[in-house]
Amino acid sequence: MTQYRVLPGPEHFLPPAAASMGIYLPNPGEAHINGVIVPEEKAYEEAARQFLMAQVPTIFPGPLVLWAWNEKAAKKAAAVRKLYEILKECVQPGQKPMLIPMPDYRPKYPKINPEVEINPNHPNLTIWHNKIDCCMFIGVHCHQANLSLKIIRGGTSCYTVAMCAQAGHEDAMLSFRDASVEKIIKLGEWIRKLKGTVKPRLTTAKTSASN
Amino acid sequence: MAEIKSHIGTQNKKGQTYTDAWKMMHEAPRNPSFYTGSEVIKEALRRASCDVMIAYPITPQSEAAALIGELFAEGYIGDYFRGESEFAVMSQCAGAAFGGARVFTTTAGPGTMRAMENFPMWAGARLPIQMIVTCRGINSPLSIQPDTIEISYLLNTGMLVWHAETAQDFFDWILKGFIVSEEPEVHLPLALCCDGFFVTHTKDVVNLTPADMCLPPYDPYRSPVPCMDMECPPVRMMRDPFIMKSNYISYATHASWQQEIWAAVERSRKHTIKWINGLIDTENTDAEVVIVASGTAVSQGREAIRLLEDEGVRCGLVKVKSLRPWPGEEIREATKNAKHIFVPEFNVTGWLAKEIKSTIPNSERVHAGPHVCGGMTMPPEIIASEIKTALGLRSESLAGRGS
Repeated sequence: MTQYRVLPGPEHFLPPAAASMGIYLPNPGEAHINGVIVPEEKAYEEAARQFLMAQVPTIFPGPLVLWAWNEKAAKKAAAVRKLYEILKECVQPGQKPMLIPMPDYRPKYPKINPEVEINPNHPNLTIWHNKIDCCMFIGVHCHQANLSLKIIRGGTSCYTVAMCAQAGHEDAMLSFRDASVEKIIKLGEWIRKLKGTVKPRLTTAKTSASN
Repeated sequence: MAEIKSHIGTQNKKGQTYTDAWKMMHEAPRNPSFYTGSEVIKEALRRASCDVMIAYPITPQSEAAALIGELFAEGYIGDYFRGESEFAVMSQCAGAAFGGARVFTTTAGPGTMRAMENFPMWAGARLPIQMIVTCRGINSPLSIQPDTIEISYLLNTGMLVWHAETAQDFFDWILKGFIVSEEPEVHLPLALCCDGFFVTHTKDVVNLTPADMCLPPYDPYRSPVPCMDMECPPVRMMRDPFIMKSNYISYATHASWQQEIWAAVERSRKHTIKWINGLIDTENTDAEVVIVASGTAVSQGREAIRLLEDEGVRCGLVKVKSLRPWPGEEIREATKNAKHIFVPEFNVTGWLAKEIKSTIPNSERVHAGPHVCGGMTMPPEIIASEIKTALGLRSESLAGRGS
C-alpha cells in the first residue's frame, strides 16, 4: 500500500506520475480523492466543496465536449454549460467562476493567450495568470489530461478534478470515471446542495517561486 | 466518450460472431488441435478481428507472416501487405494504428533491431499495436536459432512485453493481449515474445476457441489521444516537436509525456493480472531453492526440478509471464523463502537475472545462470548440475573429453 498522496502542489521540479507511485484508478462506481479510492457519492460532495471553497473555480472543457462530433458530446456540452451557470449562482461575492476552453492540443506557446485558452503543454500559465485555485477537466483526451494534471501539480497549488469518460486520472486530486451527462448534472446538484455551507478560501493559488 | 455501439452478438463478413472477450477466452468450449507455433499465431489472428497486418516475411524464424497472408486471402484480415524492410513495416504499422486500426505484425532478431526506433515512437504515440517477437540471435554471425537477447532491448521502449512459454500461452495471449493493450488507460503496444524455433516450429496440442467466435472490433474513439489528427500531438509532434524549442515548457511537457507512457505501463498491471491470471505462476516457492525463468527456460527448469526431485532436492519454480509490467512485488514474495535463486536464460548477458537482482533483497542469492546462447539448447541436466554444484552436492560432468 503506497503512502503517496495526490495533493495540491507545487510538488516538485518534476513531479512523478501518480500511477508510478502506486496510485490505482477507481473501478466502476468508485472515484478517488487524493489517490484514495472512495465511493463515487463521496467524491461528488468533495468536488462540490472544493469548487465552493475556491476563489477562482474553473471548468476546462476539452475537444471531446467542445465539438459537436456526436449527439452525446453535444448533450455533455450543454450539461457543462449548465454546471457553470450553477456554479455562478452558488458562489459568494468575491469568488470568480471561469469557463476556459481547451479546444485542441497543439503546442502553441508562446503564441496563445493562456488566460483565455488552456493548452495541455503549458496549463500552468493559465492557472497562474488567472489565479485559479480549483479546476475541473472534462472532455480532454486522457493522455493530454494526465500530461496537464502533472504539470499543474508540479508548479501550482491548484486543486484538480477530473471528470473522465474512461477510467479516470490518478494525476488529479479527485477523479470521477465513466463521465456522463447524468454525472455532470449530479455534480451541479451537489453544488446547489452545499450552497452557503462552505466558507470560501481567502487566498488564491500559490505559484512556484522558481517561476 | 464516443457513441458506444456494441457489436457483441452480431456477425462479421466471415460469419464469425463478435463475442464478449471474457466469455470467449474463459467460457467457450475449446478444441484440442495439433499445430506448430506459427500455425497457432495464424489461428489466433483468425479470431482477433484484426484490421491490418503488415509483413516483412524474410525472417526464417517463423512462417507466421506468410500464414497470415493466407488468412487475408480467406477474408479474415482487413488489409495485408509487405513492407520494404522491417523499419518500413513498423512505420506502416504506426500509420495504420494512427488511423484507428487494430494492427498486428511479427518480427525477429536483426529485424527487431532494425525497426527499433519505431517502438518508443509507438509507445509515445499510444498506439496499441501487437507485435509478435519470435526471438532469435541478433549478432553477426547470424543465427536463426532461439536466443532471447532482443527482449532486453525492448524492455525500456515503453511497450508492454510478455514472454510466452508454450504455443498455448501464445494462442491465448495474442487474443488477450489486444484486450489489455487497448484499454484506454493503457493503450500501449505489446511485444508478445516467444523463443523462436522451439515454439514456432515445433508442434504441440493447443486448445483453440471456436473458429466461429471472434473478438469485438477495436474502438479507436476510446483512445487517450485523438485518432489521426494531423494538427495535434502525437502526429503534429513529428513536424513541430518539443525538441525544436529550447525552453523550460518544452522540456517539462516532454518529461510529463514520458512519465505518462510509464504510468500507462503501470496501469496495465491490473488488466494483465486479470487476463493472464497473474504476472507470474509459482510452484513450491516454500523451497530453499527456486528457479525463476521466462519463456522456454521455464519448461527446461520444470524438467530440471523433476530430475532434482529424483535425487531428493526440492526446488520451486517461478514462471515470469510479463516483463513489462514487471512483477517486482510478486517476485519478492515468491522468493522470500529462497536461499538460492537460479535464473536459466537463453542469452549471453543474463538480463532476467539482472532484473531480478535489482528487485529482491539479498540479491547475492541470485545465481545468474546457466546461460546458453546462439541457438544452443539448454538440457535440464545442466540446470540440475548448476544447482547441485551450488549446493555442494556431487554433480557429474556433462561435457568434456569423456574421461
